[in-house]
Amino acid sequence: MEDMIFYDRLQFAFTITFHYLFPQLTMGLSLMIVYFKWKFLRTNESMFNDAAKFWMKIFALNFAMGVVTGIPMEFQFGTNWAKFSELTGGIIGQTLAMEGMFSFFLESSFLGLFLFGEKLLGQKLHFLTGFLVFLGSWASGYLIIATHSWMQHPVGYEILENGRYVLNNFGDLFSNPWLIPAFLHNQMGSVITSSFIVAGIGAFYILSKKNVAFGKLFLKTGVIFGLISSILVAFPTGDLAAKNVAKYQPAAFAGMEGIFETEEGGAEIVLIGQPDMENKRLDNKIAVPNVLSFLTYQRWDAEIKGLNEFDESVHPTNVPGLYYSYHIMVGLGTVFIGLMILATIQLFRKKLYQTKWILWALLFMIPFPYIANTAGWYTAELGRQPWLVYDLLRTVDGISPTVSSGNTLFTLLGFVGLYFLLGLLFLLLAGKIINKGPETSKID
Amino acid sequence: MEIFWYIVLMTILTVYVILDGYDFGAGIIHLFFAKKEKDKVLITKSIGPFWDANEVWLIAGGGILFFAFPTLYAISFSGFYLPLIMILWLLIFRAIGLELRGQIHNKIWESIWDKAFGISSLLLALFFGVALGNVIRGVNLGMVTDGVAVYEDAYFILPLWNSTFSPQAEHLGVIDWFTLFLGIVSVVALMIHGANWIIFKTNSELNPKLKKTVFNLNIVLLILVITSLSVWHIIEPDPFHNFIENPWMFIFPIICLVGLFGMFKVKQFKKDGTGFLFSSLFLFGGLTSTVASIFPKVLPSTNDVVPSLDIYNTSTAEYGLSVGVYWFIIAIILVAVYMFVQYRVFSGKMDDVGYGEH
Ligand code: HDD
Ligand code: HEM
Ligand code: HEM
Repeated sequence: MEDMIFYDRLQFAFTITFHYLFPQLTMGLSLMIVYFKWKFLRTNESMFNDAAKFWMKIFALNFAMGVVTGIPMEFQFGTNWAKFSELTGGIIGQTLAMEGMFSFFLESSFLGLFLFGEKLLGQKLHFLTGFLVFLGSWASGYLIIATHSWMQHPVGYEILENGRYVLNNFGDLFSNPWLIPAFLHNQMGSVITSSFIVAGIGAFYILSKKNVAFGKLFLKTGVIFGLISSILVAFPTGDLAAKNVAKYQPAAFAGMEGIFETEEGGAEIVLIGQPDMENKRLDNKIAVPNVLSFLTYQRWDAEIKGLNEFDESVHPTNVPGLYYSYHIMVGLGTVFIGLMILATIQLFRKKLYQTKWILWALLFMIPFPYIANTAGWYTAELGRQPWLVYDLLRTVDGISPTVSSGNTLFTLLGFVGLYFLLGLLFLLLAGKIINKGPETSKID
Repeated sequence: MEIFWYIVLMTILTVYVILDGYDFGAGIIHLFFAKKEKDKVLITKSIGPFWDANEVWLIAGGGILFFAFPTLYAISFSGFYLPLIMILWLLIFRAIGLELRGQIHNKIWESIWDKAFGISSLLLALFFGVALGNVIRGVNLGMVTDGVAVYEDAYFILPLWNSTFSPQAEHLGVIDWFTLFLGIVSVVALMIHGANWIIFKTNSELNPKLKKTVFNLNIVLLILVITSLSVWHIIEPDPFHNFIENPWMFIFPIICLVGLFGMFKVKQFKKDGTGFLFSSLFLFGGLTSTVASIFPKVLPSTNDVVPSLDIYNTSTAEYGLSVGVYWFIIAIILVAVYMFVQYRVFSGKMDDVGYGEH
């Protein structure tokens, strides 16, 4: 049993983490491509269209990776989490089926048109197909987050005699208080990823003195999108997400923030420190008093319950993992805001293209939004443990009763091998596209 | 309500087979018949804008199954664990074969991805036939041994095969001679279907040869279909009871036969799309007849202890099923519009470069 659940979790964590590397770029980049296309329609400057076309190549490659790694996700609920699917399928299946019907069809039909149809459609319609691809990908994110929000904060359900959860209020799924903050926060996270990539590649072109004109356009666009999304990800969306956790999952919140003891007169915010699970305390801590109380409840002396007040049985199962993921996400978020503010200042002083160290920093930053997004998901998922559906269904009770750990290990190894290959191919081909650079065209 | 969602599910899966079927078929044809670079490119390009949207039908089918019949989804997906994961791997290989081939112009690179695309198409066609065979044959629900169920709630797990390869063994495997037979039927049928697609959508030099191939394969298919009818009796002593009780259901096998015989005329058709139409009819008729023959069962039990899974004992509660209808109707109308637009824009035949993209 122990082995079974271990490999099931590892396989799920591995495949979903890998999958989510791609959709975050899809969702963010589709917005930016639509922006380039729109600029082109407004100004009729062919450079914007060429920029859109260049990013479409990356987009297409990335999209294909998202599709092939997404299909296993849909099936794994049944193969590895059969009990969970059986018990909650009537609810989470609803939103997942809607995702297939509403967004994947939209995305995939119009992506074909967007990629292959520019000449056939003409510019206006081509813009429209791009917009529909964007809409499809954001709708997909929305419905996935709706599914996920139900697992974090179940609403609109009833429990039947045979133990199954079934829906009794469809509207509740979408007015779930968890949903909107989580969705907007997540989308901002994906715009951060695409902005840093666009800005980073721009910086790369300027630094290597290749495609400099495009480099400047990318850099400027990336920095502006990056500034806006970095601020929005923290405030208001990240803030609201954190308030939700504090309200609905207090034990997870204590774990995220590294608070073991409830403090009289307000909780401190921990900047640095290592959770020591044996002694239930934080080592080497650097913290600012009362700030956490204020951020969470707008009162300097509000009480925040420490982990030690909760029964062991509802403690998150991996407190250090939870604590580190949360601090990595928030720490990186702060760095992103700082860097983007500096870059914007230089941009408005018309010095950005000469400020070498910012260009290098932006180039170096490309992987970090991926890390922040992944850390964010680990925060959400580890915080929910030991529950699969918060307060309703424990993770141990969700796995497939008949699939042996040997089988799961076999398929896990298969996925690891296959995804390793996919990752290499993706980097190779993306590198090739970037190295070749955008093509300039004459529009008649 | 259960019947509504059953029809929806089966329709989506049938559409999936017809659509992704042509690109699997095109992949097999590509593997065996396309020798020249030009033909290879033409075949992959002819499915380029479509395969992703085709695959979404599978995802949508999975989603609907999950939501409307969660127990069926859970029990069957965990029971067919290994083969399903292997299908996923093959789908991944096929997709990257298609997408990556054109990215680098190098003989070795291209031939690796050609093989990946072709072989995974072939294996997928085979596996899907085998899967259908498993559904008809049924499985040992609850893993009953000596009259006692080992698992509660009809859960089971099937190995890939057992040493006897017999569909009547107590402990079955996924692959036995019966399911393998259906796998072969599926490969042949999809090859014809794929060849018809290529004839329909391209002006490749292969077309005259493919027409001959379709004709020959059709004879093979006819023989296989006749054999399968007699094989069926071994598995299911009374395969026609549903049809006898509801004679209107005979429409399904009739459509199937119309498709089958229509294809013999492949060389005389004036319009190249006609062959494709007939092979679609054949697939449609064949699949619907098969599922209709076991209705309302969806996964028969091979023992007397655990009852078969049917649409009533695997569905979610009434409320969920009924609200689903509202969004589903909106969604399916939208999907129809998308498909219409997509096939309109990429209508007709491709030229050398693709569907006019240059
Ligand atoms: C670039 C990515 C990124 C950045 C910089 C941040 N986040 Fe985040 N965060 C995510 C990307 C993300 C995410 C991947 O999108 C998550 C995972 C689940 C979700 O809905 O969004 C997430 C989840 C998440 C959660 C967990 C919600 C749950 O348990 O379900 C909280 C409390 C925050 N975030 C709060 C913040 C705060 C206060 C930030 C301040 C800077 C912050 N995040 C920056
Ligand atoms: C709709 C969205 C999602 C759903 C429905 C979902 C569902 C699940 C389920 C069923 C599990 C297995 C039980 C468990 O061990 O917790 C799980 C675990 C996990 N998921 Fe998610 N997940 C979603 C999104 C994500 C994303 C996007 C990521 C990461 C990028 C992610 C990361 C993880 C991780 C790391 C685990 C393992 C947690 C652990 O082992 O403790 N999930 N999730
Ligand atoms: C466990 C949860 C998940 C499942 C079951 C899942 C399922 C899928 C599937 C089946 C596809 C392929 C669709 C196609 O053929 O077009 C896909 C792609 C996609 N997924 Fe996921 N996914 C999950 C997590 C996520 C998360 C957390 C997000 C973002 C919020 C996301 C966003 C997307 C997007 C935007 C696509 C479009 C293709 C791409 O972006 O490359 N998915 N997903």
